[in-house]
Amino acid sequence: MALATDTLTEIGAGSNSTLAFDVERLREDFPILKQQVYGKPLVYLDSGSSSQKPRAVIDAMSELLETGYANVHRGAYYFSQTLTDRYEGVRKTVARFLNAASDQEIVFTRNVTEAINLVAHSFGNSLAAGDEVIITEMEHHANIVPWQLLRDRIGITLKVVPIAEDGSLRLDAYADMLTPRTRLVAITHVSNVLGSVNPMKEIIRLAHKAGALVLVDGAQAVVHGKVDVQDLDADFYAFTGHKLYGPTAIGVLYGKASLLTEMPPFLGGGDMIRSVSFSETTYADPPHRFEAGTPPIVEVIGLGAAIDYVTAIGHDAIAAHEAGLLAYATERLQQIDGLTIYGTAKEKAAIISFGLEGIHPHDIGTIIDREGVAIRVGHHCAQPLMECLGLPATARASFGLYNTPAEVDVLARALEKVKELFG
Amino acid sequence: MQDVLRDLYQEVILDHGKHPRNHRHPPAANRSARGYNPLCGDQVTVYLETDADGHISDVAFEGRGCAISIASASMMTEVLRGKTETEAQQLFDDFHRLCTEGGFTTEQAGTEDREALERLQVLAGVREFPVRVKCATLAWHAMTSALAGGDETTTE
Repeated sequence: MALATDTLTEIGAGSNSTLAFDVERLREDFPILKQQVYGKPLVYLDSGSSSQKPRAVIDAMSELLETGYANVHRGAYYFSQTLTDRYEGVRKTVARFLNAASDQEIVFTRNVTEAINLVAHSFGNSLAAGDEVIITEMEHHANIVPWQLLRDRIGITLKVVPIAEDGSLRLDAYADMLTPRTRLVAITHVSNVLGSVNPMKEIIRLAHKAGALVLVDGAQAVVHGKVDVQDLDADFYAFTGHKLYGPTAIGVLYGKASLLTEMPPFLGGGDMIRSVSFSETTYADPPHRFEAGTPPIVEVIGLGAAIDYVTAIGHDAIAAHEAGLLAYATERLQQIDGLTIYGTAKEKAAIISFGLEGIHPHDIGTIIDREGVAIRVGHHCAQPLMECLGLPATARASFGLYNTPAEVDVLARALEKVKELFG
Repeated sequence: MQDVLRDLYQEVILDHGKHPRNHRHPPAANRSARGYNPLCGDQVTVYLETDADGHISDVAFEGRGCAISIASASMMTEVLRGKTETEAQQLFDDFHRLCTEGGFTTEQAGTEDREALERLQVLAGVREFPVRVKCATLAWHAMTSALAGGDETTTE
């Protein structure tokens, strides 16, 4: 099964990229994977929530703190200047990672949540009452609440695209929802609960045809395959470092230069200004206009190391490995009596939400934790989606580049123990 | 299977979890409150009928949640009937200690209804699972909120 979309890398049958992918060797890069939980080897299946960090990221951050830390954009001294160069160098790395036309289009934020809030303010405040923003039923709270706040501020209309039975987006319903009043479509690339991969290129094409812009929540997507913002023609694209094997507290907002240039600042403070006086302040050009205050310097360096790490392994190889895991895990879990998988879209990333008949996900999580298996249970910050599915919660296994088929077997055996305990 | 899991998921708990007692909405209920655990989405609504003397004459609940929260709600409805507000609160205090304090025994309890506390002892396995204490106490928090005249409580 390939993680195939019009945007995420499709692995052809003849691809030999998996030959170079040695998961056991890669696991050596992640110190935490040697940990035990209750005397059992850690089986970490919660990368969709936050991934573990390779030595390269840990070292880049600690080495910086030990040998070269200073503030950036301020000092006339050696460490500040060299670190400013490295910091801005990561911006170029991110631009290449997303294939942005320019590094001026890369804004550092705290996370995807902040990136979306930035757009909801700096772009959203230019909307008028009655203008429409379209989201979908499969959005994370991060891509729902900022738009509700905007609705409360200026009276926009918020429309929600439904999902089909298999967890894929109802593209027909979406197309019908676009009107001349639609100003923005804010949509996830990959569902964090169902794993569904949305046909982003077509979604964006339709939006542009209707005169609307598109903001893509790429938190789950950049992890599983190559994203090309120019090929997608995305207007805004957000992702976060900590799901991409990088540190927390560093996210990215890509915005087309033509849009960022016209947008007013989000937060005010140091670093985002050209000149300040009590009568008038002028703002820096993008991207610095949107980066008020001392930025997360160490985290930016960590993000750069994470992108270098992932790029060196190769998107194709990671995507192929994860597609194999998804196929195997799907087949293995389906063999368990009473287990239901939620989200069976044809285009799917390595995320499996499931339930066991008559057993609450919270109980599943507690019991398999004792087998060393870490999964997420609950509503996954997507309560409206849970309501659509008619479920209070699900259990979710999400896979990363370091997971193995043997770990899928551990999960499956642990789930059998849950059933045994519940009789 | 590990003993700590067997302790947590004892037969009695699984039975109450699958077949909760007093899972209904009493028409004569004069107090109610919803308990909500935002972490896992569990929610229970506890209904109380109190008589003129301040005694709890009926107690029931509705809701959905994990085995622990539903079993605890179910067992709570079995031990509260006939109690005054003060007695109910005292029993909750003891039960809470039972769920959180390793060395706590029923001899140290403030409640006079030792038998009730001994029945609830079966839930003490949550001590080994700190994040699950909220599950075991969800309905109890809702019950005290209902007695206090509130209508909603969350276990943040």
